[in-house]
Amino acid sequence: MPIQYYIYLALSLFSIGVVGVLTRRNAIIIFMCIELMLNATNLLLVAFSKMHHAVALASNTATQVGIEGQLFVFFIMVVAAAEVSVGLAIIVMMYRNTHSVDINFLNRLKN
Amino acid sequence: MAITHIIFWFLTALALVSALMVLLSKNPVYSVLWLIAVFFAISGHYILLNAQFLAIVNMIVYAGAIMVLFLFVIMLMNLDKETEPQKDIWMKVAGVISGGCLLIQLVRLAKDAPEMVNKTALLKTGSIGLIENLGKVLFSDYVVPFEISSVLFLSAMVGAVVIGKK
Repeated sequence: MPIQYYIYLALSLFSIGVVGVLTRRNAIIIFMCIELMLNATNLLLVAFSKMHHAVALASNTATQVGIEGQLFVFFIMVVAAAEVSVGLAIIVMMYRNTHSVDINFLNRLKN
Repeated sequence: MAITHIIFWFLTALALVSALMVLLSKNPVYSVLWLIAVFFAISGHYILLNAQFLAIVNMIVYAGAIMVLFLFVIMLMNLDKETEPQKDIWMKVAGVISGGCLLIQLVRLAKDAPEMVNKTALLKTGSIGLIENLGKVLFSDYVVPFEISSVLFLSAMVGAVVIGKK
């Protein structure tokens, strides 16, 4: 499968996430769109890892070139899991204080 | 048309449609369910690329753990009965135009990149995505970041408890 197709798919998913962050006001939906962007990046990393592996495999059949891309995806997932736990705790605390998850209520620092 | 191509296009369409539905759903619970569909489609892509470990981890961690956490938080907040406050229409149009410009720019960059001409991503073959090879590299070359990530998890756990307690 040409690498361009994977690039276009990942870019489309990333842009949908960006549009979601820009257009929605619910803090949870914005957080989910950030997860969507992280997953688009993960898909692109795996596709590039297999692309480099395909190039290296032509000369050496026992090569492990490209395995770092998949390890980076693993670490991105680890960091995303930690981020989600803290972020959801912050959203719950914000809901307790303002009884809403609307991000437009979070402008108190402005005054 | 080979069967892998059919699966590829089916998973691509599923991912894009589900991602759009995440944005378009009014109810946050439906958004979470569509996002789980996106994660399953991406897991299917991983399986197609023979990255089996990542496919399983994506399903367990993202679709299993993180999305259930989102669902619990939404149900704790009782959000689904009230209608979500909407941004005014000009902000939405501006957001869509900005995202579309970003997409057009990135696609144009990727289309002309000389590194990616005539390159293919290896489907169904290649052993670097198997648990054995990934585990060997993870516990030899990348053991220090792996241990540091455990400290990160501990601090995230403590932080979540401290923030959520009061």
